[in-house]
Amino acid sequence: MNKFIVSPSPHAYTDESVPKLMYGVIISLLPALAVSVFFFGIGMIVVTTVSIVSCILFEYLIQKYMMKVKPTHLDGSAMLTGMLLAFCLPTNIPFWIVMIGALAAVGIGKMTFGGLGNNIFNPALVGRVFLFISFPVAMTSWPEVGQWMNYTDAVTGATPLGLMKEGLATQTVAEIMPRVPSFLHLLMGKTMGSAGEVSALALLLGMCYLLYRKIISWHIPITILATVVVFSGILWLANPDRFADPLFHLLSGGLMLGAIYMATDYVTSPMSHKGMIIYGVGIGVVTVLIRVFGAYPEGVQFAILIFNGFTPLINKFVKPKRFGKEVKHV
Amino acid sequence: MSLKTFSRGGVHPPEHKLSAGNKIIELPPPEVAVIPVAQHLGAPSKVLVNRGDQVKVGQLIAESAGFVSSNIHSSVSGKVLKVDQFMDSSGYRRLAIQIQVEGDQWLDTIDRSDDLVRNSVLPAEDIRKKILEAGIVGLGGATFPSHVKLMVPQGKTSEYLLINGVECEPYLTADHSLMMERSEELLSGIQLLMKGLGVERAIIGIENNKPDAIQKMQQVVQGSSVAVQGLKVKYPQGGEKQLVKALLKREVPSGGLPIDVGVVVFNVGTALATYEAVMKNRPLIDRVVTVTGKSLEKPSNFQVRIGTPVSYLIEQAGGLPENTAKVINGGPMMGRALSTIDVPVVKGSSGILLMNEDEARRKEVKPCIRCAKCVTVCPMGLEPYLLMTLSEKSLYEGMEPEKVMDCIECGSCSYTCPSSRPLLDYIRLGKGEVGKIMRASSAV
Repeated sequence: MNKFIVSPSPHAYTDESVPKLMYGVIISLLPALAVSVFFFGIGMIVVTTVSIVSCILFEYLIQKYMMKVKPTHLDGSAMLTGMLLAFCLPTNIPFWIVMIGALAAVGIGKMTFGGLGNNIFNPALVGRVFLFISFPVAMTSWPEVGQWMNYTDAVTGATPLGLMKEGLATQTVAEIMPRVPSFLHLLMGKTMGSAGEVSALALLLGMCYLLYRKIISWHIPITILATVVVFSGILWLANPDRFADPLFHLLSGGLMLGAIYMATDYVTSPMSHKGMIIYGVGIGVVTVLIRVFGAYPEGVQFAILIFNGFTPLINKFVKPKRFGKEVKHV
Repeated sequence: MSLKTFSRGGVHPPEHKLSAGNKIIELPPPEVAVIPVAQHLGAPSKVLVNRGDQVKVGQLIAESAGFVSSNIHSSVSGKVLKVDQFMDSSGYRRLAIQIQVEGDQWLDTIDRSDDLVRNSVLPAEDIRKKILEAGIVGLGGATFPSHVKLMVPQGKTSEYLLINGVECEPYLTADHSLMMERSEELLSGIQLLMKGLGVERAIIGIENNKPDAIQKMQQVVQGSSVAVQGLKVKYPQGGEKQLVKALLKREVPSGGLPIDVGVVVFNVGTALATYEAVMKNRPLIDRVVTVTGKSLEKPSNFQVRIGTPVSYLIEQAGGLPENTAKVINGGPMMGRALSTIDVPVVKGSSGILLMNEDEARRKEVKPCIRCAKCVTVCPMGLEPYLLMTLSEKSLYEGMEPEKVMDCIECGSCSYTCPSSRPLLDYIRLGKGEVGKIMRASSAV
């Protein structure tokens, strides 16, 4: 007699898998990578390669020798963390600092909590903030664009948000604007900034791919971007001399990278669409607050980490709309 | 025509309608039929025959044992061999009547001609009585006794009859073939149900992957008060609550029934069985079953007698392929895996699906990455990841407030999980436990 497999329904499954999703995100980052290699040359290649290799290596070593579990270093998530960490570092940063960042990202950010799926904070941002506090000078000097063959010896300058923050101490927005790159350059990426954050256009292209593949939903990125535009827009309308216009806020700094790639991290973002919108609004508001009123020129990484911390609370109190809760009386 | 659909959740698994367009083939009776007495939701029927009795096709052999129960008729003629425990499609051994088939003798009262009979003069009460007598139950798979649905409870009113021609399960084509080949009788059955229910309006919902069926039914219903509505292809649109939402934008309340929003839903197969019962005096003794699978030689739609062994159907479709690893009674999303093919076709059998080793195996379970896809696809607005965690940790008390009892077990969560987590397995376990808690507390 034939022996058949007996299992409960369903008997059909999607073709999606964790590696497919992770590599999908990595593919969507390629336009931004290409733009950055074009503007920053060898520095971008070194920083990205070191970051990816270190993240994969540290994940493997920690899983194999400390946690003593089957390593999952090739499932794409370590590679993605490495890529995202590199994307938020300056391209002239020494490679050993990148390695420390990778160790903080994977070791502290992810493995301490039990590995993929269990971490509270976005690992790449944990790595970035760890370095930001430990190496403040190296983390805040950005190479000027177009120095293809220079790595740590590149000539450095300030980012648009840095120029704005510094300038506003003594000048009005109108006086500062001529010194920051044009909106076209901000869109294309011909500006100073962390490795992968410079080109808004390339990142938006990546977002389109993620939405098309249904890897992410629109709720988080669009809510964050819209909130930043609305909130900075109100401030700008109130006093255009003291507050930069919303388009400047939208296109500069790490906002696009943060909204599209960091805040949408599955593990650390809310589970319901309503929760995602609350989370997105919160990140948008805090980002603008830090940029405009805080000590740092850029605030998106802190905003995301703060709301990563709120995610369990959001999940507890914000439920999806249940079917049949509101009865339409006939 | 603009297409409608339900608003929340849903997935779109590959359709694989291999047997679509294949004409319904009527199979001769098997050599031995095994007719279970528990083919419907509710109390098992009471056996009326003994070993050695001679029976004819259409003869009542087990009678309804309560309000929510159903009559069962012999689907073959011959001699009762045994009234004993037999394995059925649930995998349990349960009471059934085994009949040695001799010839094919029908009761004289049954009209076996193909002539279309229309315009019944029977009052609503008689239609309901005929449906009760004929042992008609929901043929979409839930097998809820149809006469119960036609009794609108006090204080409720029925406005609409909805006819479920969605067939959202991949692979299955039984309802599709009925709509194509029996459309006139189907319309007549729908009109009988409308009369039995006392409603003026009926809508047939058909998914857009069956444009021929939509067109055919639109032609047939012209001039009647029955409408046809095309629907976007989305699983589980054939779920009663989802269909009501898609067609009328009404939400059946949590824990409620469609009648709470003035609606009664019947499957197309049930409507056809109603026609047969009322107009032809023919009880529910056979049904259309899709036999399908990628490796099967001839995926088919068979009209078979209730009680026919599944093995006989597979034989007729080209035989059991070597590589068969799983046999499913029903579709891939909600069907039940069979441990043996020596079980009978029952009133609720809509299809037999054969899967090979690759399709049958589940993938390795990985950790939850909290991607929220299960929450996004849940048509009931639940949080499957949370329910699974609660169930895994035996925190059953916490599951009831999270509305676990609303789960319709459509399997969209397990289907969509990129980490292959057995979400529905754990949710079912939790539903069972929550049910026990609820019964215990209401007994106090």
